[in-house]
Amino acid sequence: MNPESRNEAADWTRGGEAVVYQTCADCGTAWYFRRDFCPTCGGGHVTDRQASGRGTVHAASLVTRAPSEDLRALAPYLIVLVDAEEGFRMMAHGDRSLKIGDPVTVRFVRFADRLLPYFDPST
Amino acid sequence: MSWITGVGLTPYGRLEGRSTVDLMSEAATAALADAGLERRDIDGLICGYSTTLPHLMLSTVFAEHFGLHPHYAHAIQLGGATGCAMGMLAHLLVESGVAKNILVVAGENRLTGQTRDAAIQTLAQVGHPVYEVPLGPTIPAYYGLVASRYMHERGVSEEDLAELAVLMRRHALMHPGAQFKQPITVADVMASKPIAAPLKILDCCPVSDGGAAFVVSRERTGETGVRIIGAGQAHTHQHISAAPSLTRFGAAESVERARTAAGIALRDIRYAAIYDSFTITLTILLEEIGLCGRGEAGSRARDGYFDHDGELPLNTHGGLLSYGHCGVAGAMAHLVEAHRQMTGRAESRQAKDASLTLLHGDGGVLSSHASLFLERVR
Ligand SMILES: [Zn+2]
Repeated sequence: MNPESRNEAADWTRGGEAVVYQTCADCGTAWYFRRDFCPTCGGGHVTDRQASGRGTVHAASLVTRAPSEDLRALAPYLIVLVDAEEGFRMMAHGDRSLKIGDPVTVRFVRFADRLLPYFDPST
Repeated sequence: MSWITGVGLTPYGRLEGRSTVDLMSEAATAALADAGLERRDIDGLICGYSTTLPHLMLSTVFAEHFGLHPHYAHAIQLGGATGCAMGMLAHLLVESGVAKNILVVAGENRLTGQTRDAAIQTLAQVGHPVYEVPLGPTIPAYYGLVASRYMHERGVSEEDLAELAVLMRRHALMHPGAQFKQPITVADVMASKPIAAPLKILDCCPVSDGGAAFVVSRERTGETGVRIIGAGQAHTHQHISAAPSLTRFGAAESVERARTAAGIALRDIRYAAIYDSFTITLTILLEEIGLCGRGEAGSRARDGYFDHDGELPLNTHGGLLSYGHCGVAGAMAHLVEAHRQMTGRAESRQAKDASLTLLHGDGGVLSSHASLFLERVR
């Protein structure tokens, strides 16, 4: 994928093996939840970018009690918040050995009808 | 100026066969009787929402059912902050002359009105529908993430969190309406079933049925007056992925706005009613607001500081953790208990001087905050 392509980027939420974030050309803010304007300055010069997939674990919780029958097949699973090196934060699954502060790299796992971002310890 | 002239509260727990409007009606009837008011005296109605009765117009659904013809009706949705936010709205409406007597009411058969999976899934939807919910987080998982970071930075242990569950249970044992009737120890909390690390089931509030109501009036009615002297809110994010920080939220900002409006000092409060959806929620709110030092909530709870006869009585009915949590009414039980404490009606739980109270609620994942200061006037 072209790292600078606009709006149609197939990230994991749309079935592609990528983490996509956005940046503002006016104020430099980087963010994760897709929208057509900058949440900091309101500017419309927004660019979709593909993330490197590298970051640091900010928080982690091992979920034993899954919310639904389908997800029970995965439990227990580690939910992490990862600070991406590009300056945004994202939620994902992660290897159960992960601790706060660990450097991590993303891969994608297929589960039921969707792709999930999954972080392993960086080697 | 506005007065809380009456309060009503049902027991919380498993209340088979009662609907949202049944529970709202039961609490509203009790609140009107407590205030010495009739239906025809109520010219304003504020209610929250119910996951078992999702409706575009819950306030007028209830007005019709209960037999009210208010000049003003409004349903608001701020998750766990709704109870305090409804109190703030009622206060502002009474002060501005829109209404003389506003009934604030909520109720929900959250436990028996749906399956446990349905309740858990509905609540998990406070997460982002595209970027979070598909990953299978739950409300405990969002708070488990917060807990992991807060404990990492602030040096709080799982045993410290457990002390707050033990405290809330100790209080609940003194209230006949509480959902839980068995004492627990720190060891019980530590050994309880893992839910979303570091949170175990005894760190989490239950799902309950119940209802609560109060009346906010321009004129006082009872012998002992309880007035709202300041209110404030702060909203910093919705989703935990977008929170500015996992160790500092909007609680201090919200309380500071309310405190400034009230014109009092935080050290003057004598009773605290603080939202406790999880042990980590209560820990963070107590420490961020400044009702104890950072990292001190657990040891203060263990030492009796927050007991009914301690220096700062806290949630003496047992809180969400042990009185129960039925949605919007959950945090309103904190207000009802505060009112009973302030008017000397808390029976065996009575604090010696509940003359000034702080109420604080949070909704979402420590996203939305609302605070109220109440003052007793004899
Ligand atoms: Zn910008």
